[in-house]
Amino acid sequence: MSPTLAAVLLIGIFLLAAVLILLGLGLARRARRLEEAPPPAEPTTPGVDVAAPPGPPRLRDRLGKTRAAVSRSLGALTGRRTIDDEAWDSIEEALLVADVGVPTTSRLLDELRERATAARVDGPEQLVTLLRNEIVDDLAGVDRSLHHAADGPTVWLFVGVNGTGKTTTIAKLARREIDDGRPALLAAADTFRAAAADQLAHWAERVGADIVRGQEGADPGSVVFDAVDAAAGRGAGVVLVDTAGRMHTKVNLMEELKKIRRIAERAPGAPQEVLLVVDATTGQNGLAQARQFTEAVGVTGVVLTKLDGTAKGGIVLAIEADLGTPVKLVGVGEAPEDLVPFDPAEFVGALFA
Amino acid sequence: MFDALSDRFDGIFKRLRGRGRLSDKDVDEVAREIRVALLEADVNVAVVKSFINRVKERARGADVAKSLSPAQQVIKIVHEELVTTLGGETGKLAMSSKPPTVVVLAGLQGSGKTTAAGKLARHLVSEGRKPLLVGADLQRPAAVEQLRVLGRRIDVPVFSEPTDPVKVARGALKEADRTGRNVVIIDTAGRLQIDDELMGELRRIRAKVEPHDTLLVVDAMTGQEAVNVAEAFDEAVGLDGVILTKIDGDARGGAALSVKEVVGKPILFAGTGEKLDDFESFHPDRMASRILGMGDMLTLIEKAEAAFDEEEAAKAEKKLRKGQFTLEDFLEQMQQVRKMGPIQNLVGMMPGLPKEARNAEVDESQLGRIEAIIRSMTPEERRNPAVINGSRRLRIARGSGTTTQDVNGMLKQFKMVQQMMRSVAKGKMPRLPVPGR
Repeated sequence: MSPTLAAVLLIGIFLLAAVLILLGLGLARRARRLEEAPPPAEPTTPGVDVAAPPGPPRLRDRLGKTRAAVSRSLGALTGRRTIDDEAWDSIEEALLVADVGVPTTSRLLDELRERATAARVDGPEQLVTLLRNEIVDDLAGVDRSLHHAADGPTVWLFVGVNGTGKTTTIAKLARREIDDGRPALLAAADTFRAAAADQLAHWAERVGADIVRGQEGADPGSVVFDAVDAAAGRGAGVVLVDTAGRMHTKVNLMEELKKIRRIAERAPGAPQEVLLVVDATTGQNGLAQARQFTEAVGVTGVVLTKLDGTAKGGIVLAIEADLGTPVKLVGVGEAPEDLVPFDPAEFVGALFA
Repeated sequence: MFDALSDRFDGIFKRLRGRGRLSDKDVDEVAREIRVALLEADVNVAVVKSFINRVKERARGADVAKSLSPAQQVIKIVHEELVTTLGGETGKLAMSSKPPTVVVLAGLQGSGKTTAAGKLARHLVSEGRKPLLVGADLQRPAAVEQLRVLGRRIDVPVFSEPTDPVKVARGALKEADRTGRNVVIIDTAGRLQIDDELMGELRRIRAKVEPHDTLLVVDAMTGQEAVNVAEAFDEAVGLDGVILTKIDGDARGGAALSVKEVVGKPILFAGTGEKLDDFESFHPDRMASRILGMGDMLTLIEKAEAAFDEEEAAKAEKKLRKGQFTLEDFLEQMQQVRKMGPIQNLVGMMPGLPKEARNAEVDESQLGRIEAIIRSMTPEERRNPAVINGSRRLRIARGSGTTTQDVNGMLKQFKMVQQMMRSVAKGKMPRLPVPGR
């Protein structure tokens, strides 16, 4: 590289670095700016879409058709007698291919080795059973219920990166709450994405929920403000707040989310839940998402979506182990009834299917 | 996106740099480390296996070139294998000699098809083409409305009708002929590759409009399943290429490596943000460089060369090294940096930046305020900020429409920058590209 080119590069890099430091000025300023008084939001009268409440849905019922084939990795184990290196490799592969991740897989296998020796396991299939039990044990004894306010309207915040299924999940939960006798008010606080409020409004009508929305491009905090403010007056039992998908790496957007949470805190005890919506097809980044969102707004639970596909969602094992954040719900389709509670035994069964 | 993978490789290669010759044992150890790094980066298990085997083979039999150390040789091999896996040469969208060219976007729910459709349309407009956006997602509430909003923003017509996706696709071709649009971009509903009914619908759409480009839209944070999704879509309707979305996050990006390797179809474009201009052609060689922790050096060099007058840059660099770089110089050089394009994108290409800095959102309008502050200073004040007392500060603040706190803050920050650059200039040079390129 010529010396002059090196000079050019150094200048360029220096200036960019300088810009970043100097712009730290601008970033901090915006976070401190107080929100203006929100404009009055237009409520829509919900049409009522009454569905006969189904029996409680189960994860295994919804996943049956996708789990017919035994996984390739574990298929290699059927009928084998010895627990050799190949058997361990197959088990490791089954975990990795389920997006469980290297660190968690290592930990699980180390523990499994110990348990296997103690239990005098004599065949690979027994080994797998032991592993399943181990994981189920890890997931046991956790409160996976959704919390409501003792008094007054409950507020639940839905957060996550782009495209995970926040809006659809809200529709499903609204339907469930309404069925349980708690009128739902949806807050369309995604004021960024084109037609996001329209999408939520459609769902509101379909499931029989009330909705508060603002202008596109409006301050999302103002929508939350209005919704929380109006909730009691409108007889809402639960306020479900939809936020724009955002990368956890974008400082400004995470600051905006913190502000949204602060506004939600206007209602006593709110928000009772901050639910991180995670797509089951997500790989190891799911853990980074959970970490950053938890650090920013305190995530109380995870909704794992799109588990009706072929992805196993193994990353939630790391999220639960590393952060202690419980998976509370699982999305298994695009319709309002496609939401099931997270059941560790059924989840693990599907993991190895 | 490949940051964590870069960090990992960095660790491996730092340890390698000290050694003289590589033994078979060394190669195996490196291979093990690389395997872990790739798995942690979401590269599919099977793809990792074949990649590692190729690297091992080449490393073992490698002639050590005279100009390289054995360690550099391994780096070169890994880099080249990554480039091969990511796609070799830059792929292109196939255009029909007889318009309209038909493009179909397919993929899982939430992958970013609708936004990608808008971005692709905007990209084609900048190339002088006349796209028609087609809303064939009649499943997701307000999907067509979303596309209409995007179309309005870029002044591209949107066609849809409340019938069914196949009819919409067919109607779109007629509409394109009627209105003289020469590229038809069909946005379809997200679907699971195991949903027989919807995959059948996709096949019918394809049969009806015979697309020149069937593109799979893949989210960069997709894990192991990327491979199964790509294989199934390819088998069902035949893919011509891939659009990789959401690469502006810190997802490790193994899906990119996996998809290309397993399906053999090029990644044509990358989505780098939520705005319609956050769209680039996918450059495999530059991505490989990012994986190896070299930042996107090639792009940065190209842009810098184009924007900077070499003599000026050399002068500025000398001042920098001597710690004599003033606000005046900064102002001058900022004009040059602006020529390199949106700062946001440049930042992502810089090697050696901490993660937070790389991903921080850069608000260019704030730059204007900083420039205004500097412009409100006299040349003497710019050269020697120490003379700025209370009354001067007030004058500067008034002149630039800011506050004295802002002026103070900026001066403090600039001082920090000067100190930082003095130490950088004394110590490290920016990392250079792999030898032999």
